[in-house]
Parts: sequence; C-alpha cells; structure tokens
Amino acid sequence: MTQNDTLARYSDWAFESAFAVLVLALVLLVAEYATHRADVVAERERELVAAGRRPASDTVERTAGPGRVEETPKRTLSQRVGNMGRALVVVVAGLLVASIVLRGLATERFPLGNMYEFVAMACTAAVLFGLVVLRKPAYRIMWVYLLVPVLILMFLAATVLYADAAPVVPALRSFWLPIHVTIISVGSGIFLVSGVASLLFLLRIRFPKGEEHSGVFAALAERLPDAQTLDRLAYRTTIIGFPLFGAGIILGAIWAEAAWGRFWGWDPKETVSFITWVVYAAYLHARATSGWRNTRAAWINVAGFIAMLFNLFIINMVVSGLHSYAGLN
Amino acid sequence: MTATHTPTPAPQPSPPRQGALGRATAFVRNTWRGLTSMRTALVLLFLLALAAIPGALLPQRSLNTQKVDEYIAARPTLGPIMDRFELFDVFGSFWFTAVYVLLFVSLVGCILPRCVEHFHALRTPPVAAPRNLQRLPHHTQTTVADSPADALDRIQGELRGWKVVRREGGARGHDGEATLSAEKGYLREAGNLVFHISLVGLLVAVAAGKLFGYEGQRILVANGEEFCTTSPASFDSFRAGSTLDGTGLNPMCVRVNTFAADYLDNGQAEMFTSDIEYQYGGDLVTNTWRDAQLKVNHPLRVGSDRVYLQGHGYAPTFTVTWPNGETRTETMQWAPDDATTFLSSGAMRFDPPGGMYPDADERRKNQIALEGLFAPTASFHGTLLTSIFPAMMDPAVAIDVYKGDSGLDTGSPQSLFSLNKELINQGRLVKQDRVNLRPGESVTLADGTEVRFDKATDFVNLQVSHDPAQQWVLVAAISMMAGLLVSLLVKRRRVWARAYPSGTVNDGERRTVVELGGLARTDQAGWGDEFDRLVERLLGDDAPSAPAAQEKKN
Repeated sequence: MTQNDTLARYSDWAFESAFAVLVLALVLLVAEYATHRADVVAERERELVAAGRRPASDTVERTAGPGRVEETPKRTLSQRVGNMGRALVVVVAGLLVASIVLRGLATERFPLGNMYEFVAMACTAAVLFGLVVLRKPAYRIMWVYLLVPVLILMFLAATVLYADAAPVVPALRSFWLPIHVTIISVGSGIFLVSGVASLLFLLRIRFPKGEEHSGVFAALAERLPDAQTLDRLAYRTTIIGFPLFGAGIILGAIWAEAAWGRFWGWDPKETVSFITWVVYAAYLHARATSGWRNTRAAWINVAGFIAMLFNLFIINMVVSGLHSYAGLN
Repeated sequence: MTATHTPTPAPQPSPPRQGALGRATAFVRNTWRGLTSMRTALVLLFLLALAAIPGALLPQRSLNTQKVDEYIAARPTLGPIMDRFELFDVFGSFWFTAVYVLLFVSLVGCILPRCVEHFHALRTPPVAAPRNLQRLPHHTQTTVADSPADALDRIQGELRGWKVVRREGGARGHDGEATLSAEKGYLREAGNLVFHISLVGLLVAVAAGKLFGYEGQRILVANGEEFCTTSPASFDSFRAGSTLDGTGLNPMCVRVNTFAADYLDNGQAEMFTSDIEYQYGGDLVTNTWRDAQLKVNHPLRVGSDRVYLQGHGYAPTFTVTWPNGETRTETMQWAPDDATTFLSSGAMRFDPPGGMYPDADERRKNQIALEGLFAPTASFHGTLLTSIFPAMMDPAVAIDVYKGDSGLDTGSPQSLFSLNKELINQGRLVKQDRVNLRPGESVTLADGTEVRFDKATDFVNLQVSHDPAQQWVLVAAISMMAGLLVSLLVKRRRVWARAYPSGTVNDGERRTVVELGGLARTDQAGWGDEFDRLVERLLGDDAPSAPAAQEKKN
C-alpha cells in the first residue's frame, strides 16, 4: 500500500468519523429541541446581557479556579445537552476539513474532482458558515434544522456518490478548478443555510409567536426565533451567496472559454445554473416588491435552493453534459 | 429594480369623452407603466427561469443534433409537435427571445428614470432634520460644554464620507438652534444601476459575438497535415454568425505535427498535447510558420482567434496493390466510438489507377472498399476484435473487404465512416473477405489484389473560434459583479444632529444640548450597534455612557 493510499484511507476515516460525530451531535440537539422552552431562553438571554455589563471585578471572581468547570445554576439540563451538541459540531467541522485536506494530499491535486468531494466541500462550507452566522443565542436552536440536510448530503456522499481517490481527467487539470469549484461549493453551502432559514420562516409565519396551536408543526415552530429574525437571516445569507454564486458562474465561463472553446454554450449545467441565479435574483427583487416581501419571497428562496440541488444531483447523474465528472461510472 | 417607482402624476378627473388619440396614448402609457413595474419584472424573471428548463432537460440541437433526431424518432406524434414549438432550440426560440427581450425592455424602462432620479438625488442636499428626533428608531441626547456651533463643527468634522448639510434655526424653534443632516450610501443605488446597465451591456456583447463571430471544426492527421481558413468549406463543420457570408474569415493556416496522449494504467487520460505550426495575418505573406503547443485548457490565442484541441482519434493507413503492381495508399480518420478504449470504426474507398480498365464504367465497378474496426491495443475473443487500452500499444484492424462500386462517382453524399448499405444490398459492392490484420499484414483477394494495413496515425480535432466581442462580455461581467457587490454591501444611512443652548446656564455647567437621531434606509439588521458606535465617534468623551442610546423596535 502506497503512502497515498494510506492518506486516502485516513481521509475516508475522517469523513466517517465526522458522520458519526454529526449523528451524535444531532441526537443531543434534538434532545435539547424536544425539551426546550422558549421562555427560558429569553430569560437566559436577558441575564447574559446583564452579566455582560457587570463590572470587571465580578467577572474575575466568577471565572476563578482554573481547570474547574462550574455550571451556572440557571443553565438547564436541556441547554447543557444542546451546548454539548454544538461543541460536537465544531469537532465535525474539524474532521471534515481534515478529510478534505487528506484527500488533497492523497490525490496530489485539489480535492474537488468528483461529486463526493464536491458534496463534502459543500457540507463543510455549510457547517463552517453555520458556525459563523448561527453563533448568536437566538439562532442556536436552529442547528438541528441545518444539520439534518447536512447529514443527508453526507450520507449520500459516502454511499451513492463515493469515488475512490484518483487523478482527474485532462479537462479538470486547470488552475480554474480550485477557484471555480470552491466558490460554487461554498456558495451551495451558504444557500443551504439560507434555504433552511426560509423554510423555518415559512413554518414560523404559519404559527406566529404566541398564537401557536396544538399540533406537531406548531410545537416545532414554538421553539423557533420569531419570523422577522428568520427572514433577516435568510436575506443576509442570500446576499452573501448570490454574488458568490454569480462570481462562480462567471469564473466557470472563463474556464469554459479555455477548455471547451466557448464561454457559454447552454450545457445543461450552465442552463440550470442560469435558472438558479435568475431565481435568486427574483428573490432579491421580491424582497423589494410590496405584497411579495414575506411568504412569496421565502418560497422563491426555497425554490432557488431546490434548483441548486437539482443542478447538483439530477443534472450530474441523469442528464449527460459536459459537467459529467461525477466519477460514478 | 430594487424599487418600484414610475413617477405617477396626480390622478386627474378623466374627461367624459376622450379622442382616439388620447385613448391610444393612455393605452401606451399604461402598458409602458405596467411593463416597467417591479411586479412585471418579477413575473418575467420567473418566465425566464421557467422557459430555460426545457433547455436543460430536453436534447438541444445546438448541443447534439443526433440526440434530437433520436428523441423525435422515438415519439412520432409528440416529437414533431414539440419541434414545432422549438423545444429543441430553446435558446433561439421565439418564446425564449420574447421573454428576455421583454425583460430587458422592462429593465431599461426601469433603469433610465432611476438614473435620472439618482442624478438629482446626488445634487439634492440631505433632508432637513425632523421636528422630533426622539421619534426616530435610534436616538440619543447629551449636553456638552461647547457652543452649539462648535459642537456641530466637531460632529461635522467626524462625518467624513457623509453628505452633510448644516441648517441654522430649526423646527424646534430654540434660540441659537442649528441642525446637521447627513446621509451616506449613495453608492448603493449607483452600484445597483451599474449592475443593471452592465447586464444590458452583457447582452449586447453576447449578441455582437453571435452576429460577427464564427467557429469551425476540422480533423487533421498528426503527420504534418495542414489546412487554411480560406472558406467554410475547408472545415468539417462550421457555424457562422448571422452577418457572415463565408468570405472574409480571418486568414490562418495550421499544420499539425505531433499528438501525444498520456494515460494512467487504468486507461484514464492524463493530458493531451499537440505540437502545431501556424501562420496568421502577415505570416501568410512572408510564409513564416510559428510553433505552438495545444493542450487541453491551453488553446492557441492569436489576434481575435483561438485554436482549440477538442478531440483525437486514430487514422489507419492502408495500401492496395493491384495485380499489375500499381499501389494506392490512403490514410483516413476513423470514428472513435468507444471513448474509453478508443475502439474505432471507419471505411475506405480506393479507385483503381487510371488505364487499368478500358472505360470509366468498368473502372467504377472494380473499386476496392473496406470497412471495419480499429483497436489501438487489440484483444481477440476468437476472431472478434476489441480494444483494451486507449493508447496505441498493439494496434490491429478487423475489416471486411469489398470490390465493386463504392459509390464514389455517384455524386451523392456518403458517410465518411461507413459504406453505403444500399450498394451492398443491391450487389453492386460485393464482399471479398473478412480478416484481422496487424500492421504490415495483408490479405490477397481472389483476383490477386493485395490489401495491406500499414499503420495508424493519431488525428486531432481542432476548433477555430472567432469572437470579436468576447473581451467586452468579460468587461460587462466584471462590472456587473462590482456593481452587485457595491449595491449589496453599501448601506444607506441618515443621521441628524440638533444642537441648541440648554435652558439653564450656570458657570462650569454644560450648556449645549446635542441630540442625535439615526435612520437606516436599508439593511436594518445591526443598525443599532452601528448607531451606538457612530455616536461614540461623533461625540467622543461626551457620548452618553452605554446603554443610553435608546433603541426602539422598528
């Protein structure tokens, strides 16, 4: 077994460990979600705000005793479980990054040469991006909903999409590969966060705060941040994802000009990317149009993410085109 | 198109009767207003996305004509109807064109008035401070030791990058009152306009490329074969822009010397490389050949033309020796049917040398033709030939040899890669033998004619592209992205400051009240913290200690 094979195996192990840790994290987060009480969080937040304004001497007192982890009495079991889950998410992110780096070392190329590697990168981007945008206490409870699609994508990546560590075909040997594909996969990860936020917004607006009725969905909605917060999160993430994805398409066109002899040729992948971009453009316009601002805009955002998924799975695996690099044959 | 505002004149009582002209203008005006409204733009965006879907899911003529023909053949009733609605030429169809033309008309109709408005907005001073700053979503108040004029001077000095106007007096009617109105974020609208104008520019540049550009493909055997772009006829396939009549192509000659393909052990390609020579422009007069190397992802760029290495395959060489000792040698590309093993198929036709037969008719009936398979690395299952590796390591051919009328003189077009089955069925072309040959091996027919497989040579498929507007497409795309980023990142903010002498003035006491109010015109999220920071910067040490900046839920 060569050194590269060993590295490839380590990469796979890292990915599988990430999956296992993610399952564990999700179990903890679901447990938190199930036992969560919205009012407690509000109380706790108020307290945190107050604590942040206390004089410095008080803080010193509170953190005294190095090495001893003291629980503040107000932290409920539910929150402790949730915090454990979120700590594990950081571990997942680390393992995913390790898996990608090891695969790059094993194949001696940029590790974005097939669908497995693409989805792994997109999941990593989604988790890392989630760690940034969901760091506020108000958003923390949403992790469950972000991790479920990530888990599904990782499962598909490891089973259906898996491709052995191998070199790539001549067309992919270009310095545009790391630039174009990284931007697209990171953009996909960001759109995943945005799509989840919009779905939750739609759930939330169906059951507004304080008007939750009984029922499963109402019970799920009850624990979510209020609709406006979710909507803002969706918008803030989309305005990051949209220019990034647009830049990815333009860079792809620049690459296509060198590789295929034209910058745009309505290849199925190009066509659906165009559709996706137009749908997200429609989302941004809908946000500025009266009567479309809320539910309709959110549905458009969800449609954009569906187009993204369609582009990734159906176009690569069912429709044949120039982007058929899945490595599945 | 982030805001809908076609300026609507105040509604006037409609006159009881309106002339035909008046009704027509009203209709045009209302249509124009409807078309340029945001709602219409949204609907058109959706239509554009929807219209593009069949382009991704159905086979398209622009990508693969053969697939389209198969698709239609498989659906005898539905296929022709779909074809009629141009579902196989989506991106050139009347309905797709209609949608994007309407979208761009709507866009221009929305953008032009906004450009004018923005121009005016840039020349208009920021609006006067509202009467009651406390009603604003964010506001703060403090007293400072400076005079009102000095306090405002200091604040104005800190508001660099803002558009500031100072007004003496004010709505509150205090003596010595003065206000500052400051606004920033004008670039947001500018970026938005640049984005949309660039979008129009992009469409124009793409259209120009389609009108004045062309691209053609040509197969060349990598043994020094050359061709020149004298006319579309010198290409195997050619797609011309609408303004081209086939003359006036950029003159260029290409000669292909070598081709090399590197493969991994599992047969996966690593890189394709071809050494060529070319003449361009003035070189043609001086007959200077310049060296160049083509690789995947590395085309030759010269002037406004590009030469791409698009494909490759094998061209076998056969020699026919007639009983009288005369020979004819031919090298012809065969189609690589299997992309992984390069098992290729093709045909060849040999005319007997002149003078061998008394008349042309007799000569035509004694042509030699062959058809079969070529394997770069041969493997035989019994006598069946397959290929096991794409590189030429152990080449062999499996051919049927025919004698008779190969159809060369019929004048009707034939496939390059197969013989005409009709001629064979009619008995005009008669099979003589079926053999497997390795290089140098030959088969002798009953009449003493010998057919020898000499060797195979690589061929390359080159594409010559000419697009004079391509760099303008790139320029438009870059300015589009720049405009988009600016319009998404820049935030529009308004801040007002009001200073007036405090009612009671004792010695040593602070004597000027300063009020600050702020309004976020876009991107409210985070504005609260931003306002607090701004207050700290503007007032320095006089800033009321946090969290004095009251926050109202907006």
